[in-house]
Amino acid sequence: MPPSTSTIAATGADTEPRRHPALAFLMAAWPWLFLVLLLAFFELWARAAFSTSFLLNPYNLKSIALFAALPLLLGLGQTFVIIAGGIDLSVGFVMGLAAVVMARAMQVLTPVDPALALAAGLIAAFAAGIVPGLINGTLISRLGVPAFIGTLGMYGVARGVGFLSAGGTTVPVNNPLLFVMGNGTVLGIPIPVLVTVLVVLGMHWTLGQTRFGQYTYAIGGNRTAAIRAGINVRRHTLYLYMISSACAAVAGMLYTARFSAGAAQAGEPLLLDSIAAVVIGGASLFGGSGTIAGTVIGALIIAVIQYGLVFINVEPFWQFVAVGIVIIVSVLIDQSRHRLTGEKKEEG
Amino acid sequence: MAQPILRCVEVSKRFGGVHALERVSFELHRGEVLALAGDNGAGKSTLIKTISGVHQPDEGEILYDGEPVRFANPRAARERGIETIYQDLALADNLDVGENVFLGREPETRFLGLLPRLDRAAMRRAAHEVLETLDIDIPARKLNQPVRNLSGGQRQAVAIGRAIYWKAELLIMDEPTAALGVPEQRKVRELIQRLKRQNVAIIFISHNLQDIFAVADRILVLRRGIKAGERRPHETSGDEIVKLMVGG
Repeated sequence: MPPSTSTIAATGADTEPRRHPALAFLMAAWPWLFLVLLLAFFELWARAAFSTSFLLNPYNLKSIALFAALPLLLGLGQTFVIIAGGIDLSVGFVMGLAAVVMARAMQVLTPVDPALALAAGLIAAFAAGIVPGLINGTLISRLGVPAFIGTLGMYGVARGVGFLSAGGTTVPVNNPLLFVMGNGTVLGIPIPVLVTVLVVLGMHWTLGQTRFGQYTYAIGGNRTAAIRAGINVRRHTLYLYMISSACAAVAGMLYTARFSAGAAQAGEPLLLDSIAAVVIGGASLFGGSGTIAGTVIGALIIAVIQYGLVFINVEPFWQFVAVGIVIIVSVLIDQSRHRLTGEKKEEG
Repeated sequence: MAQPILRCVEVSKRFGGVHALERVSFELHRGEVLALAGDNGAGKSTLIKTISGVHQPDEGEILYDGEPVRFANPRAARERGIETIYQDLALADNLDVGENVFLGREPETRFLGLLPRLDRAAMRRAAHEVLETLDIDIPARKLNQPVRNLSGGQRQAVAIGRAIYWKAELLIMDEPTAALGVPEQRKVRELIQRLKRQNVAIIFISHNLQDIFAVADRILVLRRGIKAGERRPHETSGDEIVKLMVGG
C-alpha cells in the first residue's frame, strides 16, 4: 500500500486520554448513589429511633414528591438555560409574580363563575410569567446583556411588581376548583406532582430527542460553531429564557392552587434549589452538559434532605446548610471529574 | 481543459480606506489544490471570506461553475457546494461525530407518527460512511463520544468529513495544520490529497512552506492585497515564495 493511502489512525497512547473507567462511572453515577444512601440513612434512623419505616410510609413519599415538585419545575427550564451556557436568576420571583397575578384574577372572577375564574387565572399566570422570559431573552440574545446581570435585574423587577400586585401581602382565593387542583389526587398521586411529571416527560423528550435539544447542547458547547452551522442562535436563546419563565409560571400556578393564595415571595427560596438540582444532576455551569433525568435526581436529593431533616426533628435551618454543602460538593465533583478521569476539560 | 470551478476576475475589496484586495484574479479547477500564501494582513482571509460569502466584492466578478455569483451570506455559498473549514474547527466539543457532521441539518423522524425525534441511527450510519470514504479511522467506540476526546487530527478530519458529506465541491481551509503536531500534519496532508483524487477543488491558507510544497498544485502569493505572483511548486523554491511574500 503506498504511503499516501495510509489511514488517519487513532494516534496511540500519547494523545489518548488517560481513563479510569470505574472511577468515571462512579463520578457519573454519584447522584443516584447519593440518593440511595440518603434514603437508606433515613430508613435506618426511622427504624432505630421511631421503630417505623421511612420509605414504606406513603405519606412520606407523597410529601417528598410535593417538596420536590416546585423546585423541580424551576429546575427544568433552568436545565435548558444552563446547558446553553446561560443562567436564569429570575425564576423564583417570576414564579411569585405568576402566583400573585393568578390569585388576583381569580379573586375578581370567582364570584362570577369558579370555573371561568380558574381558566382566567391560569391564562393570566401564564401571561405574567412569559413576559419576563421574553424580556430576559431579548436582553441576552439581542442586546448582548450577560445572562447573570439581565436575569438578576429581572429578579428585582419581578419581585417588585409581584409585591405591588399583591399589595404587599398574600392574596387569598376561595375557589373549590382551585383547591382540588392543588390538593386533589388521581390514583393517590397529588395533582401538582402529576402536572410536574408531565412537564418532566415533555422536557426530557425535547432535550434528548429533538433538534431543539440538540441546538441547546450545541450552543453551550461551541456558540460560534452553532452559528456557522446555520443555527439561529439568537432566536433559540430567546426561546430558552421563555421556556424557563413558562416553567416558573406553571410552578406559580401550582403554588397558588396548593395554598389557595398567591404570594410574591412564593419562589424566593426555590431559586437556589433549582440551580442546585441542575448542578447536582451533573450539568456544568460552563454549559454544554446536563440532562433532565439528572435534574430530577438533583431535585429529589434536595427534597429528601429537606423532608428527612424535618422527619428526624432537626431544626429546619439546617436544611439550608445541608443543601448548600451538597451544591458545593457536587461542583467539586464536576471539577475533579475532568482531572481524575482524564476527560479533557472544555476551555473557558 | 474543462471549465474552471472557480474564477475570480479582478476582485477588489475595501474596508474604509484600506484596500484589502486589489484586482485579484485567478482560477481553480476541480481536483486542484491552490495554496494561498502571504504575510499577515496580505489579504488571504479577506479573499477566502469573499469567496465563501462572508464578504461581497466591491469590484470584479466571481464565477462559480462558469456562472457569475454573488453570495449574500455563507449559507448561500454552502448551498452551492462551497464549504469553509475555519482554523478553530467549528466543531461542538460536547457532541459526538455524527452530531457534528449533521449540526444544524439533523434528520428527524416521527415517533409513533407524532413526536419529532432525531434519527440518531441515520446520523451514526452516515458519519461512519463518510469517514470510511475518506479512509479516516476513528475507533467505533469513539464515534459515540464527545469529539473533545479525539485527537487534533481526528477532529480536523471530522470537520473535513462534514464538508464532504454535504457535497462540498470547493473546500476552503484556513490553516488546516496550524494547531497540529507533526505526525498529524502529515495525516491531514494525506487527507487533502485524497480529496483531490475525489475531484474536490481545494483552497488552503498556510504559513507552512512544507505543507504548501507537499500538496499544492499552484501557489498564489498575496502581498498587501495585491497578487504578487502565482507559481507551480516544481518551478519555484521556498526562497522565491518568501521573496514574493515580503516583497523586495
